[in-house]
Amino acid sequence: MTSAPSLTAPVPRPEAPQAARSALADLGQEILALTKRLFLQLARRPSTLVAGVLQPLIWLVLFGALFAKAPEGLLPDGMSYGRFLGAGVIVFTAFSAALNAGLPVMFDREFGFLNRLLVAPLRSRSSIVIASVLYITSLSLVQSLAIMATAALLGYGWPGAYGLLLVLITLLLLVFAVTGLSLGLAFALPGHIELIAVIFVVNLPLLFASTALAPISFMPAWLGWLAALNPLTFAIEPIRAAYAGNVSLTAVVLEAPYGDLTGAQCLLVLAVLAVGLFLLIRPLLDRKLS
Amino acid sequence: MPETVIELEELHKRYGPVAALDGLSLQVAKGTLYGLLGPNGAGKTTSLRILCTLLAPDSGSVRVAGLDALAQPRAVRELLGYVAQEVAIDKILSGRELLELQGALYHLPADRLQARLAELTDLLGMDAWIDRRCGTYSGGMRRRLDLASGLLHDPAVLVLDEPTVGLDIESRATIWQVLRRLRDQGTTVLLSSHYLEEVDALADRLAIIEGGRVIAEGSPTSLKNALGGDRVTLRVREFSDEVEAARVQQVLAACPGIQQMVVNRAQGHSLNLVVESEAVMEPLRRQLAAADLPVFSISQSRPSLDDVYLQATGRTLMDAELAVAGSRDPKAERKQAMR
Repeated sequence: MTSAPSLTAPVPRPEAPQAARSALADLGQEILALTKRLFLQLARRPSTLVAGVLQPLIWLVLFGALFAKAPEGLLPDGMSYGRFLGAGVIVFTAFSAALNAGLPVMFDREFGFLNRLLVAPLRSRSSIVIASVLYITSLSLVQSLAIMATAALLGYGWPGAYGLLLVLITLLLLVFAVTGLSLGLAFALPGHIELIAVIFVVNLPLLFASTALAPISFMPAWLGWLAALNPLTFAIEPIRAAYAGNVSLTAVVLEAPYGDLTGAQCLLVLAVLAVGLFLLIRPLLDRKLS
Repeated sequence: MPETVIELEELHKRYGPVAALDGLSLQVAKGTLYGLLGPNGAGKTTSLRILCTLLAPDSGSVRVAGLDALAQPRAVRELLGYVAQEVAIDKILSGRELLELQGALYHLPADRLQARLAELTDLLGMDAWIDRRCGTYSGGMRRRLDLASGLLHDPAVLVLDEPTVGLDIESRATIWQVLRRLRDQGTTVLLSSHYLEEVDALADRLAIIEGGRVIAEGSPTSLKNALGGDRVTLRVREFSDEVEAARVQQVLAACPGIQQMVVNRAQGHSLNLVVESEAVMEPLRRQLAAADLPVFSISQSRPSLDDVYLQATGRTLMDAELAVAGSRDPKAERKQAMR
């Protein structure tokens, strides 16, 4: 170090640095850094990851055991309850992880870290949202894979290569949609207490009002309708079909009170939901992040 | 003709019924250290937030190095480094990781980032703790980290909001030294403070802000000289009262050479006098002795920045601070800062 270290850079400042760097490179750099921060936080405080796997794991094991001696042929296709439940718990895992996507953003809002990000010359403030989406998507998929592995160990099946692809695409679509919802809530609500309250209230009822734990044929009409309109159901049924070895997207997977839906149609609903939610929250994000 | 690098013109900003900024205008020349002086709630933080493109004003214009901050916020952000009052850090990351994140957000290439990191760690003495988690840092460390964060991309303009609040004397002196050297090396420094001493010691020029507008502007020396007259602070007793103060005022009314007399209620009912010159001291003492009044202390000085403030706003900075202290709501302020 020289005797009088310079506070300004020893190399002369480039005169037109912006033109030389591409917008894409900048975007990549900032998204990478923001995503890296979220993963660093996870690495040092893995409780989110652990809890996110432990809870559905307990559900899978206990619920599966609960109905282990249920009469044969009770469920459609003579499926065992464990296999039936498996798809439900996998979706539940991904859903819960995605529903919590807004929490880190909410904390950043509350404790002023977001302001630090907003003072920086980001190429696009969507980088903040994109980093969140990347992080939560990875987290959800990893947790879901862990549950799938456990399900396989418990003898509840494995979807096979093509089926696995189908499962992952389905989960991805659901996670996008729910992440959009969670981020919207994170910017709309005034504090983390309110956000946690909403997450808490939404989480379990949505699970019960879907086909995660029981088929529609078990439900009274009103619940059947709710389940048939529940986004979780649109993710669960294609996955259940994939586990049953039925990977044809044109086969009917959901027998709803309003009609039958094929696997492709279920995925379409999820895709529309994901796109729709992000479009919905876009004005809110623009307002908050500009 | 010194180049104007920051230009705020007629800024207005309301938060509900409260006008935080009410027509604030100021200009900062390149390569100078400019101070914004005023009590909390005067509008300093709001104007700095608007300057750093965190907030949009209701009306008015903001120009940095000729660029319109409202039209080209990103270009302006590249030129500015902001050291905020609320030190928002991520407790889980280490100081180094936080700076690396900052560098990436400012699109610094990796080698330049590492070089700057090394320089700033050395300069601000962060070597011992930069790899520890931010959550373990003391106030002084956090402030130094924040300063490094603002300087990382080598900005043309550094903006600091109350940089030495809550710091010990040593940390304060270090920061002052760093700011002076920055200015000497050509960086424009704009800082807000409610410490008279800080602005007096550091600023090349200052603006006194009250009620969301600039009510006095100039270099510390010129502002003080413009006041004219010496200041005398008289205490007949260490802590006097209303009645006695009134009596002293009556006694001194006849004394020649006293231009102004104010009872300072916040400082034990002492009397702040503005006198023509030192020559008034003798007759003053004689007058007091004749009226059989004791003299606990009598001090005389050239006009100070406190006097400039008193003249411009009608009360001392300390009184203004006290007046605001009761009505401040930290929760509401946090909500205001939240995006």
